[in-house]
Amino acid sequence: MARVLSYAMAINEALHIAMAADPDVIVLGEDVAGGGGREDQGIVDAWGGPMGATRGLITAFGAGRVRDTPISEMGFLGAGVGAAATGLRPVVELMFIDFLGVALDPLLNQASKLRYMFGGKARVPLTVRTNVGGGNRAAAQHSQALYAMTTAIPGLKTVFPSTPADAKGLLLASIRDDDPVVFCEGKSLMFLEGEVPEGDYEVPLGKAAIRREGSDVTLVGIGRTVHTALAAAAALAEDGVQATVIDLRSLYPRDDEAILSSLAKTGRLVVVDEAPPHCGIASDVAALCVDRGFDLLDAPVKLVTAPHTPVPFSPVLEDAYLPTPERVVAAVREQVGL
Amino acid sequence: MAEGRAVGPASAGREAGAGRRRSPSELSREEAHDVYRGMRTIRVFEETLDRLVKAGRLPGFLHLYSGQEAVAVGVCRQLVDGDVVSSTHRGHGHCIAKGVDIGGMMAELFGRATGLCKGKGGSMHIADLERGMLGANGIVGANMPLTVGAALTAQVKGTGGVAVAFFGDGATNQGQFHEALNLASIWKLPALFVVENNGYGEATPMEHVTPVRDLSVRAGSYAMAADIADGMDYFDVAEKAAVAVARARAGEGPTLLECKTYRYHGHYVGDPVTYRTAEETTMWRTTRDPLMLFEKRAVATMLVEEPSLRRIDREISAAVDAAVEAAEKAPFPDISSVLTDVYVRG
Repeated sequence: MARVLSYAMAINEALHIAMAADPDVIVLGEDVAGGGGREDQGIVDAWGGPMGATRGLITAFGAGRVRDTPISEMGFLGAGVGAAATGLRPVVELMFIDFLGVALDPLLNQASKLRYMFGGKARVPLTVRTNVGGGNRAAAQHSQALYAMTTAIPGLKTVFPSTPADAKGLLLASIRDDDPVVFCEGKSLMFLEGEVPEGDYEVPLGKAAIRREGSDVTLVGIGRTVHTALAAAAALAEDGVQATVIDLRSLYPRDDEAILSSLAKTGRLVVVDEAPPHCGIASDVAALCVDRGFDLLDAPVKLVTAPHTPVPFSPVLEDAYLPTPERVVAAVREQVGL
Repeated sequence: MAEGRAVGPASAGREAGAGRRRSPSELSREEAHDVYRGMRTIRVFEETLDRLVKAGRLPGFLHLYSGQEAVAVGVCRQLVDGDVVSSTHRGHGHCIAKGVDIGGMMAELFGRATGLCKGKGGSMHIADLERGMLGANGIVGANMPLTVGAALTAQVKGTGGVAVAFFGDGATNQGQFHEALNLASIWKLPALFVVENNGYGEATPMEHVTPVRDLSVRAGSYAMAADIADGMDYFDVAEKAAVAVARARAGEGPTLLECKTYRYHGHYVGDPVTYRTAEETTMWRTTRDPLMLFEKRAVATMLVEEPSLRRIDREISAAVDAAVEAAEKAPFPDISSVLTDVYVRG
């Protein structure tokens, strides 16, 4: 049975299920209990994170397994790596992916490399939940879509669900994966509602989803921009152009076959990414198409990305910064010669 | 270095809560032999590596532990199976003291398939999780949060285990040191932070970059117990480490233990060591050598006899030579293994 839940509450449900099923799962991060656990003052379950994604966990599982951390990202991310390497299955919340700036070493040099450096004798079943992307007027240091950075590091996996149902299933799969996974949560998607199956289920890492099928062009979206692509596809249909929309979901491992087999049917491909254009997922998918799908291309691959600038604050500027359905439609029109 | 003892044991934090137990200095003859064997194995292993690198037989960057043996052995002898240690780029001594096989270590240093890490880690990443050795680490300070995590595992799972981080004086200026101490203290984790103050961070004297003389005072900001040991004296290290380990195991929280010691070699093999005088090094080697100090006390108190120690010397030299010979004969890894061990799945 499916019910309608928000993306944030789907994440919350996944955390409850994972913690109930496995006593090795712990949750660490800033405000994950949010000052809860103060029974003497009648405050047991408080904030549960700024989006409420961890609400209720401390009540259900106790302060031993649900720990508020100091604002000390490098320390608690590193602790998550050490706990994962010694037998726990930690879910660590990095409140915003922008904070990688003060916390990169545990991911770059530890979580990603222990297994390899130790000749396959370590496993690091760590999940890092982190808010990504723009749309909330949070400006340059709380709006970045830095998932290409973690995707580029061998030894890490990176995923970004676009729907509440995938948020739940991908999070359960990420927590149970024996490798370190960066689980991106779309800041602008947290209150998006959608049908979410009840109970325990997993959405496998490394599998893209086809959100819409059409024979004229393939639109590839990531998280938030899946919705941008779907809006563009609806507009294009009014002009008689039928688009397939691929929700990448998993950035590494990536479902290259889904991209190439769709390209084989449509001959045209547009990647929609809210990150800046250089060394990003969009340019990487374009490179895949040129490298392995050149003969399938009927038109140049188009990239609809943010510009090579920081994320601006003013609503009019941020709206201009983020990819829009109109820009996707314009790119497709150029490809099909409309 | 061993100056400035003004800050006494535990001056910055809580008192020890451990009850009366047999002093770790009260060694049986057999135990004294084991202690000597541990320190001597480290010394011979490191001096052998020094020769091998200089003869062009060994690749990579090596950071030798000679001079600091009493710290690794003094601390690790207070641990039991199930306890975890983590180490630094200067990690061979900690591995040997935690019981890691020197044959596997040597093969790893030679980059062979039979190495502990199949030749993928090398000197700065030797690890043996089955032995509770969570890895040497090439990033200064990074092993401290990992150790907090290992202590967290012990606490959450209720294993009774203790996690120990070894690091140098230079690492105490890293943010990871301060973040790790803060976390360990607020969560009262079963952890021990052992700072081996050898007076130099790479080539830079500690006093050029660190405003305090006793690094143990840095525990004060974290309301953490602290102590200072003479890192050249096995007995002093063992006594103080035993108190700290007992405190951790009893659930009474972490300790910062500063061991004042000295690094005999340069920062790495090949370092011209132009930043300190030969007289200084000679003074430490001839008057403060940890093996010499241990032997003097052990023989004087009739714990052991000198001939039995010389027999141990010969056994260790033969064992290290055999490890080198086996490593040099061992096969290199298959080229295809470049691609394996990145992920468990996928």
